[in-house]
Amino acid sequence: MEFAELIKTPRVDNVVLHRPFYPAVEGTLCLTGHHLILSSRQDNTEELWLLHSNIDAIDKRFVGSLGTIIIKCKDFRIIQLDIPGMEECLNIASSIEALSTLDSVTLMYPFFYRPMFEVIEDGWHSFLPEQEFELYSSATSEWRLSYVNKEFAVCPSYPPTIIVPKSIDDEALRKVAAFRHGGRFPVLSYYHKKNGMVIMRSGQPLTGTNGRRCKEDEKLINATLRAGKRGYLIDTRSLNVAQQARAKGGGFEQEAHYPQWRRIHKSIERYHVLQESLIKLVEACNEQTHNMDRWLGKLEASNWLTHIKEILTTACLAAQCIDREGASVLIHGTEGTDSTLQVTSLAQIILEPRSRTIRGFEALIEREWLQAGHPFQQRCAQSAYCNSKQKWEAPVFLLFLDCVWQILRQFPCSFEFNEHFLIMLFEHAYASQFGTFLGNNESERCKLKLQQKTMSLWSWVNRPSELSKFTNPLFEANNLVIWPSVAPQSLQLWEGIFLRWSRSSKYLDEAYEEMVNIIEYNKELQAKVNILRRQLAELETEDGLRESP
Amino acid sequence: MVRSWRKPGHNRYSVEHVKLLDRFSTNNKSLMGTLYLTATHLLFIDAQQKETWILHHHIASVEKLALTTSGCPLVIQCKNFRIVHFVVPRERDCHDIYNSLLQLSKQGKYEDLYAFSYNPKQDDSERLKGWEVIDLAKEYERMGVPNRKWKLCDANREYKVCETYPRELYVPNSAILPMIMGSSNFRSKGRLPVLSYCRQGTEAAICRCSQPLSGFSARCLEDEKMLKAISTANSGNHYMYVVDTRPKHRMQSWWDTQKDIGRIIVRISSKIWNDEKIRESDEKKRLNAMANRAAGKGYENEDNYSNIRFQFVGIENIHVMRSSLQKLLEVNGNKGLSINDFYSGLESSGWLRHIKAVLDAAIFLAKAIVVENASVLVHCSDGWDRTSQVCSLGSLLLDSYYRTMKGFMVLIEKDWISFGHKFSERCGHLDGDPKEVSPVFTQFLECVWHLTEQFPQAFEFNEAFLLQIHEHVHSCQFGNFLGNCQKEREELKLKEKTYSLWPFLLDDKPKYLNPLYSSKSESLTFLEPNTVSFNFKFWRNMYHQFDRTLHPRQSVLNIIMNMNEQNKQLEEDIKDLESKIMQRKNGILAKDLMLANPESPALKTSLCLKEQSLLPVNDTLRAIEGSNPADNRYCDYPEEFSKSEPAVVSLEYGVARMTC
Repeated sequence: MEFAELIKTPRVDNVVLHRPFYPAVEGTLCLTGHHLILSSRQDNTEELWLLHSNIDAIDKRFVGSLGTIIIKCKDFRIIQLDIPGMEECLNIASSIEALSTLDSVTLMYPFFYRPMFEVIEDGWHSFLPEQEFELYSSATSEWRLSYVNKEFAVCPSYPPTIIVPKSIDDEALRKVAAFRHGGRFPVLSYYHKKNGMVIMRSGQPLTGTNGRRCKEDEKLINATLRAGKRGYLIDTRSLNVAQQARAKGGGFEQEAHYPQWRRIHKSIERYHVLQESLIKLVEACNEQTHNMDRWLGKLEASNWLTHIKEILTTACLAAQCIDREGASVLIHGTEGTDSTLQVTSLAQIILEPRSRTIRGFEALIEREWLQAGHPFQQRCAQSAYCNSKQKWEAPVFLLFLDCVWQILRQFPCSFEFNEHFLIMLFEHAYASQFGTFLGNNESERCKLKLQQKTMSLWSWVNRPSELSKFTNPLFEANNLVIWPSVAPQSLQLWEGIFLRWSRSSKYLDEAYEEMVNIIEYNKELQAKVNILRRQLAELETEDGLRESP
Repeated sequence: MVRSWRKPGHNRYSVEHVKLLDRFSTNNKSLMGTLYLTATHLLFIDAQQKETWILHHHIASVEKLALTTSGCPLVIQCKNFRIVHFVVPRERDCHDIYNSLLQLSKQGKYEDLYAFSYNPKQDDSERLKGWEVIDLAKEYERMGVPNRKWKLCDANREYKVCETYPRELYVPNSAILPMIMGSSNFRSKGRLPVLSYCRQGTEAAICRCSQPLSGFSARCLEDEKMLKAISTANSGNHYMYVVDTRPKHRMQSWWDTQKDIGRIIVRISSKIWNDEKIRESDEKKRLNAMANRAAGKGYENEDNYSNIRFQFVGIENIHVMRSSLQKLLEVNGNKGLSINDFYSGLESSGWLRHIKAVLDAAIFLAKAIVVENASVLVHCSDGWDRTSQVCSLGSLLLDSYYRTMKGFMVLIEKDWISFGHKFSERCGHLDGDPKEVSPVFTQFLECVWHLTEQFPQAFEFNEAFLLQIHEHVHSCQFGNFLGNCQKEREELKLKEKTYSLWPFLLDDKPKYLNPLYSSKSESLTFLEPNTVSFNFKFWRNMYHQFDRTLHPRQSVLNIIMNMNEQNKQLEEDIKDLESKIMQRKNGILAKDLMLANPESPALKTSLCLKEQSLLPVNDTLRAIEGSNPADNRYCDYPEEFSKSEPAVVSLEYGVARMTC
């Protein structure tokens, strides 16, 4: 298929663009296969380059022959184009609609994008599972790498390489896979070096109504326990939901068959509940005229912060089991690809200082989200403005980023990255020139040959010029476990995401700049003092030498 | 430190083995310690010798709860939003403490307040100098007043025109005495229109007064002339705004009842006409009362005043504000609060709605002056609550001087203290009418805080400064906020018997400086805050200032403040080092030339001292922010977590649910 077929009108003159914080601009609108471009004839005015894949929904309006297209983006921005001529307007609208909802992944921009920068380090090879495993293998010999999923045959949503208990062979893993939802047998997610406790994750056990059990599964899980120790099973569903799952062949671990494990149910919402929550929240944040009662009512009704609190609470609980109780944890919900990953990754942010560095956080996303099989393509296909309700969209990853932001706010010096880094990840998860977030799992990414055909986000981010934008000037490595408060008074709306287009952040940005200046100046002064001291010391010894003879 | 305090008939002034419970703990984690009562403070010293001081005047309420197995619980709520929960082992002790605190926290006379006994070891001249730090006459001079348009009027020299105003009043040049007297008589409590702020470079001014006693339709020519005089004092615009800060709907419903009363009066009158004169005197009495009540309220009729634009801005009265804050505190005091409860509580308390209303009113006023170049006259009922809020915030938006530390003190002295905001009644300094207590000043501080959040570089002071002022408005430790008006303060001889707060705050200036403050901006830059509802947040650091577990664990403000201080020190060091190197070089040069004497040993030692100084500075920097393992707070916290972190469901709970 040629993009030209979809572009009915490639170019319209005298289009007026309205967007947040900028004065209206008149210019020429061009449609390309992947971008909507508006360039004005005046110099010095910024052009608009908008990825079609960033477009979530469009509205059309007509007043006489003047058409207006309102474009609602996946990053929550809303822009408006006034297009003279009804036909042009209709053509543009239908072209945008077609181009922003391409069926085939291989037609997406990452497959056409040619980087204008020099690749210093290929991001596709930055975080190999083998390297990650090395970090653990120095501390423990109880785990091994398994290639049982090499052909993605045992579990389609797992990567080819996974970490499992050493005492369990691949044959047993195959049997366990048959007993777990989606073949997602328990694998290692995190090893706590301080006390050797681990976080594992999996899909739900397929116990069904008749309480099926699997000896290998029990053996695998127990193999992770030290002698005489107990572990915790954290089910991210309420007991009720977990019980209902049995009717559909799912279920949860019975105490009788897992006597060394205590099961805890925490309720984290999923799918459409989260999507509706996002839609309501963004709607509330976009409305400038709400009075105080209405705003607070809408914020409450969106339940967004309730979800944040639930997720953070569960992550704290998991971290608490590991660090305070000295007990290992197995975490799963139903599929083990959404709430499970939120909990395992946030628990690592709390426990593991490395995951609070830029590099470590990238590794965490690579390991706990991309390779762990979070279906990005399904979840991020649409955002807050989408009308057609498909089943699979859910802001699971955005909720995770929001939770990280909440912890970052409470520990502003313990993270190497800043808020912009999180916002950037949110944007690229929904629309990007890079291939990193394409596909739903490793198996799909392999088939798409992303490594060969697209550029990795990390290749771009990890260049010093980009990194400087995402570095937190306050960062000072902190080797401790950081416990966030999850009281309502301590959680806040993430203004940098949700109010980003509703109000100017000019004064806040300037204040941030000033803060960076103070810190930079401090470094400069320190360096200067050190040089002067050395100089003085040299002069003194010189002097001393002169005097001694 | 602890002064022994003895109640007649009791020898004890301390109780041992008292437990202090964590307010937000789900399983009653506590500290054991000893409770001491002093003449001024309640003091709790825990096993780690950590001291918790509570000033008796800060105590808003003491409550004894039902006896438990571990003892008798005593809950103390403070005006600075600290809530402490003690468990006293023996009920008798608890009862004694309870009774003592009831007595100590509610004083009957001003002379018993802490300020009259507080002695920071200063002599009289220092104290008097302290009172002179803020001089309002200078402030009016700064505004360029008196000038051709405004004059100092001495009619109130002896508080004869208005008891609750200051002695010095600034009125339009054309205002003659009969106008002043007439207008004063026509205004509630005699609070006639006077100047509050005059914007330099233009002639637009903020004036303030109380409501006119117009009742149904009464007019006062002098008052009308007075407003005309204010209006014409500004040649920049031919009209002026009259802002009534009360909600229109309330005034309208009042107006409707007035109409009803009017109808009743007519009916009664006709009845009186027709009937015999038997009940006439009785009816007349009632009629008079109603007429008086009717005359006690009112607002300016645009028909009677030339060139005024009348505007309601909708701030609720002190009673609504009091119960709003009460609701807010009730909701937030709950253990295990859910997000939905928190936000629905925040909504139903109406607190942020009121804050927004106050700020919106101030913006209206500031805009009238900047955009339309029109003067504004502000009033509410008596002109000492809402009027103070709106006038002071309006000035703060207009004039960057008030955003400096000193300027902010001036602003409070001018629009709050001198114009008779009834601090003692509103803060309940004495045992008085609880219906007079209201968080009007707290709201003002919160509005300022919201401005500092939106304009992080516009204010010279930081949040700690606002919190400290709030603390001392209620502490009765300094004389500034005692009494309800200047006249009362003079009668109390506060300047002779107590200390002023301001010099103490200025002495501690580094603590209250905003490290990001940029004074480069022009002096008359107008702040235009965004008051769309989503900009308003719950002020956790005020209402939970003592609940440390709810706060961020690392404070960016503190780090940057320390860094700023350190930078100053480093600049000094560099100068010092450079001069020494120069000396050294010259010395060597000199020695090379003439083999002079070796340098003095003193220089060398001082140098060694300097050399070491950098490290400790670094250390304090780290220790304060709490990102270092050596920091106590940090080590404490994880320990607390497993047992007491309120919002994290404890393991036991999960297990309990699992087994059932």
